[in-house]
Amino acid sequence: MADKDFSQYANPDALVSTDWVAEHKDDDNVVLLESNEDVLLYETGHIPGAQKIDWHTDLNDPVTRDFINEEQFAAFASAKGITPETTVVFYGDKSNWWAAYALWVFTLFGHKDLRLVDGGRQKWVDEGRELTTEVPSPTPTDYPVPAKREDDAWRAFREDVLEHLGKGPLVDVRSPAEYSGEVTSAPGFEDKEGALRGGHIPTAASVPWAKAANEDGTFKSREELEKIYKEEAGVGEADEVIAYCRIGERSSHTWFVLKHLLGYDKVRNYDGSWTEWGNAVRLPIVTGTEKGEVPAK
Amino acid sequence: MTNTEQKMPASLQEIVDEFQAVEDRQRLELLLEFANELPDVPEQYQDRLGEMEQVEECQTPLFLTVEYDDASRTAQLVLAAPAEAPTTRGFASIVHQGLNGLTYEEILAVPDDLADRLGLARTITPLRLRGIRAMLARIKRNVRDHLQQTTPH
Repeated sequence: MADKDFSQYANPDALVSTDWVAEHKDDDNVVLLESNEDVLLYETGHIPGAQKIDWHTDLNDPVTRDFINEEQFAAFASAKGITPETTVVFYGDKSNWWAAYALWVFTLFGHKDLRLVDGGRQKWVDEGRELTTEVPSPTPTDYPVPAKREDDAWRAFREDVLEHLGKGPLVDVRSPAEYSGEVTSAPGFEDKEGALRGGHIPTAASVPWAKAANEDGTFKSREELEKIYKEEAGVGEADEVIAYCRIGERSSHTWFVLKHLLGYDKVRNYDGSWTEWGNAVRLPIVTGTEKGEVPAK
Repeated sequence: MTNTEQKMPASLQEIVDEFQAVEDRQRLELLLEFANELPDVPEQYQDRLGEMEQVEECQTPLFLTVEYDDASRTAQLVLAAPAEAPTTRGFASIVHQGLNGLTYEEILAVPDDLADRLGLARTITPLRLRGIRAMLARIKRNVRDHLQQTTPH
Protein backbone atom coordinates (compact mmCIF):
# COMPACT_ATOMS: atom_id res chain seq x y z
CA MET A 1 0.00 0.00 0.00
CA ALA A 2 1.26 3.44 -0.89
CA ASP A 3 2.12 5.73 1.97
CA LYS A 4 -0.72 7.96 2.94
CA ASP A 5 -0.13 11.59 2.08
CA PHE A 6 -0.72 13.63 5.22
CA SER A 7 -0.55 16.89 3.24
CA GLN A 8 -4.24 16.39 2.40
CA TYR A 9 -5.12 17.35 5.97
CA ALA A 10 -5.48 20.88 7.30
CA ASN A 11 -2.58 20.39 9.69
CA PRO A 12 -0.31 17.75 8.14
CA ASP A 13 2.14 17.99 11.04
CA ALA A 14 -0.39 16.66 13.54
CA LEU A 15 -0.09 13.10 12.24
CA VAL A 16 2.89 10.80 11.89
CA SER A 17 3.11 7.35 10.36
CA THR A 18 4.47 4.23 12.04
CA ASP A 19 7.41 4.50 9.62
CA TRP A 20 8.11 7.98 10.92
CA VAL A 21 8.02 6.68 14.48
CA ALA A 22 10.42 3.85 13.67
CA GLU A 23 12.80 6.38 12.16
CA HIS A 24 12.54 9.21 14.68
CA LYS A 25 11.67 7.62 18.02
CA ASP A 26 15.22 7.96 19.29
CA ASP A 27 15.66 11.58 18.19
CA ASP A 28 16.65 13.89 21.03
CA ASN A 29 13.70 16.20 20.51
CA VAL A 30 11.10 13.43 20.32
CA VAL A 31 9.19 12.01 23.30
CA LEU A 32 6.84 9.11 22.67
CA LEU A 33 3.88 8.68 25.04
CA GLU A 34 1.57 5.65 25.10
CA SER A 35 -1.93 6.35 26.43
CA ASN A 36 -4.33 3.40 26.68
CA GLU A 37 -7.72 2.57 27.98
CA ASP A 38 -6.28 -0.59 29.46
CA VAL A 39 -4.08 0.40 32.36
CA LEU A 40 -1.83 -2.66 32.01
CA LEU A 41 -1.36 -2.77 28.26
CA TYR A 42 1.82 -0.68 28.24
CA GLU A 43 3.40 -3.13 30.67
CA THR A 44 2.80 -6.07 28.33
CA GLY A 45 4.99 -4.40 25.71
CA HIS A 46 5.32 -0.99 24.05
CA ILE A 47 7.27 0.83 21.34
CA PRO A 48 10.91 1.00 22.45
CA GLY A 49 11.54 4.32 24.18
CA ALA A 50 7.86 5.09 24.78
CA GLN A 51 6.75 6.21 28.22
CA LYS A 52 3.38 5.48 29.77
CA ILE A 53 0.82 8.15 30.41
CA ASP A 54 -2.36 7.30 32.27
CA TRP A 55 -5.24 9.60 31.38
CA HIS A 56 -6.81 9.24 34.78
CA THR A 57 -4.03 9.22 37.32
CA ASP A 58 -1.61 11.50 35.44
CA LEU A 59 -3.92 14.09 33.91
CA ASN A 60 -6.80 14.44 36.36
CA ASP A 61 -6.91 16.21 39.66
CA PRO A 62 -7.56 13.65 42.39
CA VAL A 63 -10.03 15.88 44.26
CA THR A 64 -11.95 18.08 41.83
CA ARG A 65 -13.39 16.70 38.60
CA ASP A 66 -10.94 18.69 36.56
CA PHE A 67 -7.57 18.38 34.89
CA ILE A 68 -4.26 18.95 36.58
CA ASN A 69 -3.23 22.58 36.98
CA GLU A 70 -0.33 24.45 35.38
CA GLU A 71 2.19 23.54 38.10
CA GLN A 72 1.21 19.88 38.01
CA PHE A 73 1.51 19.83 34.24
CA ALA A 74 4.98 21.39 34.34
CA ALA A 75 6.09 18.83 36.91
CA PHE A 76 4.62 15.99 34.87
CA ALA A 77 6.20 17.14 31.60
CA SER A 78 9.55 17.64 33.34
CA ALA A 79 9.49 14.11 34.71
CA LYS A 80 8.91 12.77 31.19
CA GLY A 81 11.91 14.67 29.85
CA ILE A 82 9.79 17.07 27.84
CA THR A 83 10.75 20.68 27.10
CA PRO A 84 8.53 23.28 25.36
CA GLU A 85 10.41 22.51 22.12
CA THR A 86 9.88 18.75 22.30
CA THR A 87 7.91 16.95 19.62
CA VAL A 88 5.48 14.92 21.75
CA VAL A 89 4.06 11.93 19.91
CA PHE A 90 1.04 10.09 21.27
CA TYR A 91 -0.29 6.66 20.44
CA GLY A 92 -2.54 4.14 22.14
CA ASP A 93 -5.14 1.40 22.00
CA LYS A 94 -8.71 1.62 20.72
CA SER A 95 -7.78 3.61 17.61
CA ASN A 96 -6.08 6.28 19.71
CA TRP A 97 -9.05 7.29 21.91
CA TRP A 98 -6.92 7.86 24.93
CA ALA A 99 -3.95 9.10 22.95
CA ALA A 100 -6.16 11.80 21.42
CA TYR A 101 -7.43 12.61 24.89
CA ALA A 102 -3.90 13.06 26.24
CA LEU A 103 -2.98 15.15 23.21
CA TRP A 104 -6.00 17.36 23.79
CA VAL A 105 -5.08 17.88 27.46
CA PHE A 106 -1.53 18.83 26.42
CA THR A 107 -3.14 21.33 24.04
CA LEU A 108 -4.80 23.03 27.01
CA PHE A 109 -1.37 23.84 28.36
CA GLY A 110 -0.21 25.40 25.11
CA HIS A 111 2.43 22.81 24.20
CA LYS A 112 3.15 23.46 20.53
CA ASP A 113 4.36 20.33 18.79
CA LEU A 114 1.87 17.53 19.45
CA ARG A 115 1.34 14.60 17.11
CA LEU A 116 -0.67 11.43 16.88
CA VAL A 117 0.54 8.17 15.34
CA ASP A 118 -1.90 7.33 12.55
CA GLY A 119 -3.34 3.91 13.36
CA GLY A 120 -2.08 3.95 16.93
CA ARG A 121 -0.80 0.96 18.83
CA GLN A 122 -2.71 -1.62 16.79
CA LYS A 123 -1.06 -0.61 13.54
CA TRP A 124 2.41 -0.82 15.05
CA VAL A 125 1.61 -4.28 16.44
CA ASP A 126 -0.04 -5.50 13.23
CA GLU A 127 2.99 -4.49 11.25
CA GLY A 128 5.03 -6.81 13.42
CA ARG A 129 7.22 -4.03 14.69
CA GLU A 130 9.38 -4.25 17.78
CA LEU A 131 7.86 -4.11 21.27
CA THR A 132 9.69 -4.05 24.57
CA THR A 133 8.82 -4.21 28.24
CA GLU A 134 11.82 -2.07 29.12
CA VAL A 135 10.73 1.18 30.78
CA PRO A 136 12.85 4.21 29.83
CA SER A 137 14.21 6.56 32.51
CA PRO A 138 14.33 10.01 30.92
CA THR A 139 16.55 12.76 32.23
CA PRO A 140 14.18 15.19 33.96
CA THR A 141 13.87 18.64 32.44
CA ASP A 142 12.72 21.93 33.87
CA TYR A 143 9.49 22.60 31.98
CA PRO A 144 8.38 26.19 32.68
CA VAL A 145 4.97 26.49 34.33
CA PRO A 146 2.50 27.55 31.60
CA ALA A 147 0.92 30.95 32.27
CA LYS A 148 -2.61 29.61 32.00
CA ARG A 149 -4.47 26.46 31.12
CA GLU A 150 -6.32 27.50 27.97
CA ASP A 151 -9.75 26.20 28.93
CA ASP A 152 -11.54 28.99 27.06
CA ALA A 153 -10.06 28.04 23.75
CA TRP A 154 -10.40 24.27 23.76
CA ARG A 155 -12.83 23.27 26.42
CA ALA A 156 -16.59 23.77 26.71
CA PHE A 157 -18.40 23.78 30.03
CA ARG A 158 -22.11 23.13 30.39
CA GLU A 159 -22.88 26.86 30.39
CA ASP A 160 -20.97 27.19 27.13
CA VAL A 161 -22.96 24.34 25.63
CA LEU A 162 -26.28 25.90 26.70
CA GLU A 163 -25.17 29.19 25.17
CA HIS A 164 -24.10 27.40 21.99
CA LEU A 165 -27.48 25.68 21.42
CA GLY A 166 -29.04 26.91 18.22
CA LYS A 167 -25.98 29.00 17.32
CA GLY A 168 -23.54 26.36 16.22
CA PRO A 169 -23.21 22.66 15.60
CA LEU A 170 -22.86 20.09 18.34
CA VAL A 171 -21.44 16.66 17.59
CA ASP A 172 -22.38 13.67 19.72
CA VAL A 173 -19.75 11.00 19.08
CA ARG A 174 -21.22 8.15 21.15
CA SER A 175 -22.78 5.02 19.69
CA PRO A 176 -26.25 5.36 18.09
CA ALA A 177 -27.89 3.55 21.01
CA GLU A 178 -26.34 5.94 23.52
CA TYR A 179 -27.48 8.86 21.37
CA SER A 180 -31.09 7.73 21.14
CA GLY A 181 -31.22 6.87 24.81
CA GLU A 182 -32.47 3.32 24.57
CA VAL A 183 -31.34 0.98 27.30
CA THR A 184 -28.42 -0.88 25.86
CA SER A 185 -26.83 -2.72 28.73
CA ALA A 186 -27.29 -6.45 28.83
CA PRO A 187 -28.85 -7.85 32.01
CA GLY A 188 -26.32 -8.00 34.80
CA PHE A 189 -24.25 -5.18 33.38
CA GLU A 190 -24.22 -1.96 35.24
CA ASP A 191 -25.47 0.96 33.24
CA LYS A 192 -22.36 1.87 31.35
CA GLU A 193 -23.48 5.44 30.88
CA GLY A 194 -23.37 6.28 34.55
CA ALA A 195 -26.20 8.73 33.87
CA LEU A 196 -29.72 9.08 35.21
CA ARG A 197 -31.21 9.64 31.79
CA GLY A 198 -30.40 8.41 28.31
CA GLY A 199 -30.51 10.57 25.21
CA HIS A 200 -28.57 13.49 23.76
CA ILE A 201 -28.16 17.25 23.96
CA PRO A 202 -30.81 19.07 21.86
CA THR A 203 -29.63 19.84 18.30
CA ALA A 204 -26.61 17.52 18.51
CA ALA A 205 -25.79 15.50 15.39
CA SER A 206 -24.88 11.86 15.85
CA VAL A 207 -21.48 10.97 14.41
CA PRO A 208 -20.02 7.97 16.24
CA TRP A 209 -16.29 8.59 16.61
CA ALA A 210 -15.39 5.42 14.73
CA LYS A 211 -16.79 6.87 11.51
CA ALA A 212 -13.58 8.86 11.29
CA ALA A 213 -11.41 5.76 11.39
CA ASN A 214 -10.62 3.01 8.91
CA GLU A 215 -10.65 -0.67 9.90
CA ASP A 216 -6.97 -0.51 10.80
CA GLY A 217 -7.49 2.49 13.08
CA THR A 218 -5.96 5.04 10.71
CA PHE A 219 -7.90 8.18 9.90
CA LYS A 220 -10.04 8.33 6.79
CA SER A 221 -9.09 10.62 3.93
CA ARG A 222 -9.91 14.30 4.14
CA GLU A 223 -12.47 13.90 1.40
CA GLU A 224 -14.28 11.16 3.33
CA LEU A 225 -14.10 13.14 6.56
CA GLU A 226 -15.52 16.26 4.92
CA LYS A 227 -18.43 14.25 3.62
CA ILE A 228 -19.14 12.81 7.08
CA TYR A 229 -18.81 15.96 9.16
CA LYS A 230 -19.41 18.87 6.81
CA GLU A 231 -22.27 17.36 4.86
CA GLU A 232 -23.91 14.49 6.70
CA ALA A 233 -23.59 15.95 10.19
CA GLY A 234 -24.25 19.44 8.96
CA VAL A 235 -21.23 21.07 10.53
CA GLY A 236 -20.79 22.97 7.28
CA GLU A 237 -18.54 26.00 7.52
CA ALA A 238 -19.34 26.72 11.15
CA ASP A 239 -16.96 28.95 13.11
CA GLU A 240 -17.47 27.12 16.35
CA VAL A 241 -18.09 23.45 16.97
CA ILE A 242 -18.49 21.53 20.23
CA ALA A 243 -18.02 17.76 20.51
CA TYR A 244 -18.96 15.54 23.41
CA CYS A 245 -19.32 11.88 24.41
CA ARG A 246 -19.55 10.23 27.81
CA ILE A 247 -16.55 11.64 29.64
CA GLY A 248 -14.75 13.47 26.85
CA GLU A 249 -12.40 10.76 25.66
CA ARG A 250 -14.01 9.61 22.42
CA SER A 251 -14.82 13.23 21.64
CA SER A 252 -11.12 14.10 21.90
CA HIS A 253 -10.67 11.80 18.91
CA THR A 254 -13.34 13.77 17.04
CA TRP A 255 -11.88 17.04 18.32
CA PHE A 256 -8.60 16.03 16.68
CA VAL A 257 -10.38 15.29 13.41
CA LEU A 258 -12.28 18.58 13.37
CA LYS A 259 -9.38 20.72 14.49
CA HIS A 260 -6.31 19.19 12.90
CA LEU A 261 -7.55 17.16 9.97
CA LEU A 262 -10.43 19.35 8.78
CA GLY A 263 -9.10 22.65 10.09
CA TYR A 264 -12.13 24.10 11.88
CA ASP A 265 -11.02 27.20 13.68
CA LYS A 266 -12.63 26.93 17.06
CA VAL A 267 -13.40 23.42 18.20
CA ARG A 268 -14.11 22.72 21.83
CA ASN A 269 -14.45 19.44 23.67
CA TYR A 270 -17.21 19.30 26.28
CA ASP A 271 -15.42 17.00 28.71
CA GLY A 272 -18.28 17.05 31.21
CA SER A 273 -20.14 15.25 28.43
CA TRP A 274 -23.03 12.89 29.07
CA THR A 275 -21.96 11.97 32.59
CA GLU A 276 -22.62 15.60 33.47
CA TRP A 277 -25.42 16.56 31.07
CA GLY A 278 -27.43 13.37 31.58
CA ASN A 279 -27.35 13.82 35.34
CA ALA A 280 -27.59 17.58 35.75
CA VAL A 281 -30.64 19.34 37.14
CA ARG A 282 -32.57 21.64 34.77
CA LEU A 283 -30.80 20.62 31.58
CA PRO A 284 -32.93 19.60 28.58
CA ILE A 285 -32.38 16.36 26.70
CA VAL A 286 -33.77 14.75 23.57
CA THR A 287 -34.46 11.05 23.15
CA GLY A 288 -34.75 9.14 19.91
CA THR A 289 -32.91 9.53 16.65
CA GLU A 290 -33.93 13.13 15.82
CA LYS A 291 -31.62 15.98 16.73
CA GLY A 292 -34.40 17.88 18.47
CA GLU A 293 -35.12 21.58 18.83
CA VAL A 294 -33.53 24.32 20.88
CA PRO A 295 -35.68 24.45 24.02
CA ALA A 296 -37.57 27.69 24.70
CA LYS A 297 -35.91 29.80 27.40
CA MET B 1 -31.37 -15.05 45.99
CA THR B 2 -30.59 -11.80 47.65
CA ASN B 3 -30.93 -13.60 50.94
CA THR B 4 -27.75 -15.58 50.31
CA GLU B 5 -25.29 -14.76 53.02
CA GLN B 6 -22.12 -13.31 51.56
CA LYS B 7 -19.01 -15.27 52.41
CA MET B 8 -15.50 -15.10 51.01
CA PRO B 9 -14.10 -18.47 49.86
CA ALA B 10 -10.63 -19.20 51.27
CA SER B 11 -9.10 -19.39 47.78
CA LEU B 12 -10.33 -15.92 46.92
CA GLN B 13 -9.46 -14.48 50.32
CA GLU B 14 -5.88 -15.58 49.77
CA ILE B 15 -5.73 -13.53 46.58
CA VAL B 16 -7.29 -10.50 48.28
CA ASP B 17 -4.69 -10.80 51.06
CA GLU B 18 -1.95 -10.91 48.45
CA PHE B 19 -3.17 -7.64 46.94
CA GLN B 20 -3.66 -6.01 50.32
CA ALA B 21 -0.11 -6.88 51.39
CA VAL B 22 1.54 -4.69 48.72
CA GLU B 23 1.68 -1.04 47.67
CA ASP B 24 -0.38 0.49 44.82
CA ARG B 25 2.28 0.18 42.15
CA GLN B 26 2.99 -3.45 42.99
CA ARG B 27 -0.71 -4.20 42.87
CA LEU B 28 -0.61 -3.39 39.17
CA GLU B 29 2.34 -5.72 38.70
CA LEU B 30 0.48 -8.40 40.61
CA LEU B 31 -2.57 -7.93 38.40
CA LEU B 32 -0.33 -8.32 35.35
CA GLU B 33 1.04 -11.56 36.78
CA PHE B 34 -2.49 -12.81 37.15
CA ALA B 35 -3.24 -11.74 33.57
CA ASN B 36 -0.34 -13.86 32.35
CA GLU B 37 -1.59 -16.85 34.34
CA LEU B 38 -5.05 -16.96 32.77
CA PRO B 39 -5.25 -20.44 31.26
CA ASP B 40 -5.90 -20.88 27.54
CA VAL B 41 -9.43 -21.74 26.58
CA PRO B 42 -9.96 -25.51 26.11
CA GLU B 43 -10.07 -26.60 22.50
CA GLN B 44 -13.79 -27.27 22.34
CA TYR B 45 -14.46 -23.55 22.90
CA GLN B 46 -11.87 -22.16 20.49
CA ASP B 47 -14.35 -21.69 17.65
CA ARG B 48 -16.70 -19.76 19.93
CA LEU B 49 -14.17 -17.09 20.82
CA GLY B 50 -15.60 -14.92 18.05
CA GLU B 51 -18.50 -14.25 20.41
CA MET B 52 -16.06 -12.22 22.47
CA GLU B 53 -15.74 -9.61 19.77
CA GLN B 54 -19.44 -8.95 19.47
CA VAL B 55 -19.77 -6.55 22.31
CA GLU B 56 -20.98 -2.99 22.44
CA GLU B 57 -18.48 -0.22 22.27
CA CYS B 58 -17.02 0.55 25.70
CA GLN B 59 -17.68 -2.94 26.99
CA THR B 60 -14.65 -5.11 27.34
CA PRO B 61 -14.71 -8.29 25.30
CA LEU B 62 -14.99 -11.27 27.59
CA PHE B 63 -15.73 -14.89 26.85
CA LEU B 64 -17.41 -16.69 29.71
CA THR B 65 -18.90 -20.12 29.98
CA VAL B 66 -19.56 -22.35 32.97
CA GLU B 67 -19.42 -26.15 33.06
CA TYR B 68 -21.63 -27.69 35.71
CA ASP B 69 -21.22 -30.94 37.61
CA ASP B 70 -24.59 -31.46 39.26
CA ALA B 71 -23.44 -34.56 41.13
CA SER B 72 -20.89 -32.62 43.13
CA ARG B 73 -22.72 -29.30 42.62
CA THR B 74 -19.51 -27.66 41.52
CA ALA B 75 -18.74 -25.34 38.60
CA GLN B 76 -15.76 -25.07 36.28
CA LEU B 77 -15.23 -21.60 34.85
CA VAL B 78 -13.95 -20.93 31.35
CA LEU B 79 -12.90 -17.33 30.88
CA ALA B 80 -11.05 -15.58 28.08
CA ALA B 81 -10.22 -12.04 27.07
CA PRO B 82 -8.03 -10.73 24.25
CA ALA B 83 -4.34 -10.05 24.73
CA GLU B 84 -5.02 -6.32 24.16
CA ALA B 85 -7.10 -6.31 27.36
CA PRO B 86 -4.66 -7.39 30.08
CA THR B 87 -6.66 -5.70 32.83
CA THR B 88 -9.71 -7.78 31.96
CA ARG B 89 -7.49 -10.86 31.71
CA GLY B 90 -6.13 -10.07 35.16
CA PHE B 91 -9.61 -9.84 36.66
CA ALA B 92 -10.68 -13.00 34.83
CA SER B 93 -7.67 -14.81 36.20
CA ILE B 94 -8.38 -13.69 39.78
CA VAL B 95 -11.96 -14.87 39.44
CA HIS B 96 -10.80 -18.12 37.87
CA GLN B 97 -8.19 -18.90 40.50
CA GLY B 98 -10.50 -17.84 43.30
CA LEU B 99 -13.70 -19.55 42.23
CA ASN B 100 -12.98 -22.40 39.85
CA GLY B 101 -14.29 -25.74 41.10
CA LEU B 102 -16.24 -24.27 44.01
CA THR B 103 -19.80 -25.27 44.77
CA TYR B 104 -22.77 -23.35 43.39
CA GLU B 105 -23.55 -22.01 46.84
CA GLU B 106 -19.98 -20.86 47.46
CA ILE B 107 -19.94 -18.96 44.17
CA LEU B 108 -23.28 -17.28 44.83
CA ALA B 109 -22.05 -16.24 48.27
CA VAL B 110 -18.98 -14.35 47.00
CA PRO B 111 -19.26 -10.77 48.26
CA ASP B 112 -20.28 -8.36 45.50
CA ASP B 113 -17.70 -5.83 46.66
CA LEU B 114 -14.83 -8.12 45.64
CA ALA B 115 -13.48 -5.38 43.35
CA ASP B 116 -13.20 -2.93 46.25
CA ARG B 117 -11.49 -5.47 48.48
CA LEU B 118 -8.61 -5.83 46.03
CA GLY B 119 -7.63 -2.22 46.75
CA LEU B 120 -7.23 -1.31 43.09
CA ALA B 121 -9.53 1.71 42.97
CA ARG B 122 -6.74 4.28 43.11
CA THR B 123 -4.57 2.86 40.35
CA ILE B 124 -7.19 1.19 38.16
CA THR B 125 -9.85 3.89 38.62
CA PRO B 126 -13.42 3.12 39.67
CA LEU B 127 -14.53 3.17 36.03
CA ARG B 128 -12.35 0.23 35.13
CA LEU B 129 -13.35 -1.65 38.26
CA ARG B 130 -16.82 -1.98 36.80
CA GLY B 131 -15.43 -4.73 34.64
CA ILE B 132 -14.72 -7.03 37.53
CA ARG B 133 -18.11 -6.33 39.11
CA ALA B 134 -19.83 -7.14 35.85
CA MET B 135 -17.80 -10.33 35.47
CA LEU B 136 -18.74 -11.61 38.92
CA ALA B 137 -22.37 -10.65 38.34
CA ARG B 138 -22.42 -12.56 35.05
CA ILE B 139 -21.00 -15.69 36.67
CA LYS B 140 -23.53 -15.55 39.49
CA ARG B 141 -26.37 -15.02 37.05
CA ASN B 142 -25.16 -17.97 35.01
CA VAL B 143 -25.15 -20.18 38.14
CA ARG B 144 -28.60 -18.96 39.19
CA ASP B 145 -30.02 -19.67 35.73
CA HIS B 146 -28.54 -23.14 35.84
CA LEU B 147 -30.05 -23.79 39.27
CA GLN B 148 -33.45 -22.64 38.06
CA GLN B 149 -33.31 -24.88 35.01
CA THR B 150 -32.27 -27.96 36.95
CA THR B 151 -34.46 -27.57 40.01
CA PRO B 152 -37.34 -30.07 39.75
CA HIS B 153 -40.72 -28.38 39.61
